[in-house]
Amino acid sequence: MTTKKIWIVGLATTVMIALMLLAGTPSVAANDQPSEASADVKIDNFSFGPQTLTVSVGTTVVWTNRDDIPHTVVSTDGVFKSKVRDTDEKFSYTFTKAGTYPYFCSVHPKMTGKVVVQ
Amino acid sequence: MTTKKHNLIDQRLQDLNDDGVDRRGFLKCMAWAGTGLVWTMSGGIPASRAFAKVYGKHAGKGGDFSFVQISDSHIGFSKPANPDVTATLQTAINKINAMPHKPDFIIHTGDLSQLSKPSEFDTLDQALKGAAAKQIYFVPGEHDMLSDNGEEYLQRYGKGTIGSGWYSFDHKGVHFVGLVNVANLKAGGMGSLGHEQLEWLETDLKGRSASTPIVLFAHIPLWTIYPDWGWGTDDSEQALSYVKRFGSVTVLNGHIHQIMQKIEGKVSFHTAMSTAFPQPAPGTAPSAGPMKVPADQLQRVLGITDVNYLVSGSSLAIVDSPLGDSGSSASGSGRGLAVVDSLFG
Repeated sequence: MTTKKIWIVGLATTVMIALMLLAGTPSVAANDQPSEASADVKIDNFSFGPQTLTVSVGTTVVWTNRDDIPHTVVSTDGVFKSKVRDTDEKFSYTFTKAGTYPYFCSVHPKMTGKVVVQ
Repeated sequence: MTTKKHNLIDQRLQDLNDDGVDRRGFLKCMAWAGTGLVWTMSGGIPASRAFAKVYGKHAGKGGDFSFVQISDSHIGFSKPANPDVTATLQTAINKINAMPHKPDFIIHTGDLSQLSKPSEFDTLDQALKGAAAKQIYFVPGEHDMLSDNGEEYLQRYGKGTIGSGWYSFDHKGVHFVGLVNVANLKAGGMGSLGHEQLEWLETDLKGRSASTPIVLFAHIPLWTIYPDWGWGTDDSEQALSYVKRFGSVTVLNGHIHQIMQKIEGKVSFHTAMSTAFPQPAPGTAPSAGPMKVPADQLQRVLGITDVNYLVSGSSLAIVDSPLGDSGSSASGSGRGLAVVDSLFG
């Protein structure tokens, strides 16, 4: 009986530690480089805001269409391309490489923007 | 005495000539104003008619006829600017069906749908089934290209067309060309015809008699109206150079959801109202998007365009009618003030 108890406790502890490790330690300092940052671009009035967005490598940029007309987000260098986004729909892309990424709306090509990844 | 009379005549001529046009300029005007413009006010909405007189030329074979241009139905749009675009499309169709003279066909200058969805095209087709004119010609707008380069649009309306959907046809001696300037748009640019289409257009027009009336129709305006909002076509100059030699050219466009017109030499440009929602005049709003108007005014800023071809005139008379003005006749000879602007006999 005792052996069984010890065994169960041991197992439970192992599982708890495993779970803690998986969940990540909550005491990571806030100024550590986050592995999953995100940044937002708002699409409204036939424009991207901010028109130039600077982010760090690994950031996921989320475009949200707040306009009452559908738009797309298309990289001029073929790096990313959204499906058409109607009002309130979103498109995300995670930038894993540094560089400058100009893009535009393929439906209204005067709408242009740029993501600078550092 | 003679001197005094002479002076009075001089004075009168001086008064009349205050527009700065001297005799040479006057004669130039005479030649130009073979293309005169007649404006009529009908129900408070200006409607224009373009006449061209090609002296001594025999214009086209076949008889007089008319067709209707509709545009920008945006089926699928359902925001405050117009929560029911299918209903206003139906109003437009009813208006066409109520016209005293039956149009030979309808031309839809694009943005049939809002999101290129099959259900949206289905709804449009269903509504158009009730139109008196059974033959309908289409060109796509940018909203019809949203599913993989316009796959869905081409499947439904692209039969007999080339590339992204361009084509031409003849009707009673008039040559019609449907152009597509909403495909492969480049970042920062406006509408675009592209090299392949321009080459095709040049070949298509080659060898045709200069007295053949030409009608070009495309979604985005083929002249530059407002570049900031993309209201123009980057390579339209080349296309227009191919039609320069013809005696009568009419360019019909949509996209801007309001009437704009221009005459340049023998080319008349015209954009149609939308059947769905209006858009602001250039630069009068933060962007070109749907413009809300009071509900009771919506029908007055949506409309159809009746185009009449008269053999004797070798040109097309273009008359716009708002949906909400049931009193205006399609022939354009409505009530109100007729202002004749430099129409020389």
